[in-house]
Amino acid sequence: MNGLAIHPASRMSKTSRFPAHPVAGLAGTSFKHEHLHAILGDDPKDGFFEVHAENYMGAGGPPHDALTKIRRDYPVSLHGVCMSIGGSRPLDKAHLGRFKALVDRYEPALVSEHLAWSTHDTTYYNDLLPLPYTQATVSRVADHIDEVQGTIGRPILLENPSTYVLFPESTMSETDFIRELVRRTGCGLLLDVNNVFISATNHRYSALSYLADFPLDHVGEIHLAGHAEQEDDEGDLLLIDSHDGPVADAVWKLFDIVIGRCGPLPTLIEWDSDIPDWPVLKAEAAAAQAILDHHAGSYYISGKAHAAG
Amino acid sequence: MPRDELQSGDPGRRFDYAAAFTAGLLDPDRAPPDAVSGPNGKAAVKRYAVYRNNVTVSLIDALAASFPATLRITGPDFFRAMARFHVRETPPTSPLLFEYGRDFADFIERYEYAKSMPWLADVARMERAWLDAYHAADAEPLASGALASIPPERLADTVFVPHPATRAIRSLYPVATIFAANRSDGPVGRIEAGGPEDALVTRPGLEVVVRHLPPGGAAFLDRLMAGELLGAAATAAFAERAEFDLSANIAGLLQAGAFTAAHQGE
Repeated sequence: MNGLAIHPASRMSKTSRFPAHPVAGLAGTSFKHEHLHAILGDDPKDGFFEVHAENYMGAGGPPHDALTKIRRDYPVSLHGVCMSIGGSRPLDKAHLGRFKALVDRYEPALVSEHLAWSTHDTTYYNDLLPLPYTQATVSRVADHIDEVQGTIGRPILLENPSTYVLFPESTMSETDFIRELVRRTGCGLLLDVNNVFISATNHRYSALSYLADFPLDHVGEIHLAGHAEQEDDEGDLLLIDSHDGPVADAVWKLFDIVIGRCGPLPTLIEWDSDIPDWPVLKAEAAAAQAILDHHAGSYYISGKAHAAG
Repeated sequence: MPRDELQSGDPGRRFDYAAAFTAGLLDPDRAPPDAVSGPNGKAAVKRYAVYRNNVTVSLIDALAASFPATLRITGPDFFRAMARFHVRETPPTSPLLFEYGRDFADFIERYEYAKSMPWLADVARMERAWLDAYHAADAEPLASGALASIPPERLADTVFVPHPATRAIRSLYPVATIFAANRSDGPVGRIEAGGPEDALVTRPGLEVVVRHLPPGGAAFLDRLMAGELLGAAATAAFAERAEFDLSANIAGLLQAGAFTAAHQGE
């Protein structure tokens, strides 16, 4: 599968500042600064941590000190939130340069960004905004992915979005759009199972059908998170990608199905708001690890294991 | 034809989904863009409002995280109302949220409902300086005894290199006292100080430090940070405050870690 999207440890080791901790088959969590002390006291040091790249784009200080300590002991996933890959304007070259500097500095096991946008002209909106799926947008997004990958010198994993609106001008399904991006750019995919469940609920389609159409062979990482419930204009359920609580039962079920099909993939619990104490978040990752381990046994026995293992 | 006109004639820009989508993101009175809908003909008013809410609330949250003492002084309802006005008037231009809020203190100074707290803007300036110090480049501060190697007759010609985290804050109000009382977890209590206070903000290691500057200290530090010779900076400080104590100010700045190097100027 996407051997390129998961950076081979051997390629890093030549000039490495950090140990080449492998990430395959592990469950991890978002790294939150308030958990640093508790994490450093953990033994054994299991799993991996994902950070939002933008939080580490300052010149120095405690953020870099914390990430350096984490990176010494764990694989790190660098997750970009505001590259605006799905935007209608050229990428911000200064931001791309900062992103490359972080990739070079921390040698992350995984690098990802979103199929979304957050900057338009001179304003940064701090949200993951949606785009129409057309021949014009697929070309532009593919150009943006090429530019990111060319700059950082390695492929990225592109994350499927959670959305609340549709664009009637769209001429492609989201899964066709994503498959075309993979074909044109060679990028890998970050499958956010919570996002699949949210978008399927919000737009009244089947999450299982979406997963059946999704190019699972190119997935290099899974995201799981909690969501909140609201209502749309007609009083029907509208799910919000809130990242403020435990993973929902329905999302665990979909995750189990995906891992049954793909084998154990690096899986991240995202929890970005109303952040609990470290043991609560760690227990959520342990629940994901149990599912990964359960499938690891049957997966390798049945001979379906792929190169990423 | 000028290049701009060529580009604006680009058909790719005619159906700019991002321009259409952002038009109402910071304006609650605008209808959702025509370009979006719900599934199967469902309406998109509440659906679009999710994005509008995410943008506004997350940016207010970002200001709340960067200005915790300001928030504690005003209370959350006052702060969030004030921040909402600022977010809509001056949304961020950088994707780095820790850079956001550079205009917030000036906004507070103009904000009608904050006029009864004339010192609030300076507290916000202090918090902005604190955050800059927190994210500033790491550098080893100049050791306290470093000036011992400079002959006394050459001391006046010394130039100091400020630490990347060093900031001087000047206020007509007891800003450092108010800041300190509202950045800790303990009860604030009655603030006795009433006069003007100047402060030094820097970060010699991983901890941001905030120190009161003695009389004339801010004028002295401002001049040194601008690259002026020690002698000239001291003259300016004496001119501002006759009680300026040169050796105590130098010792205090060195002890706080305000500089990374000192050398002989021209």
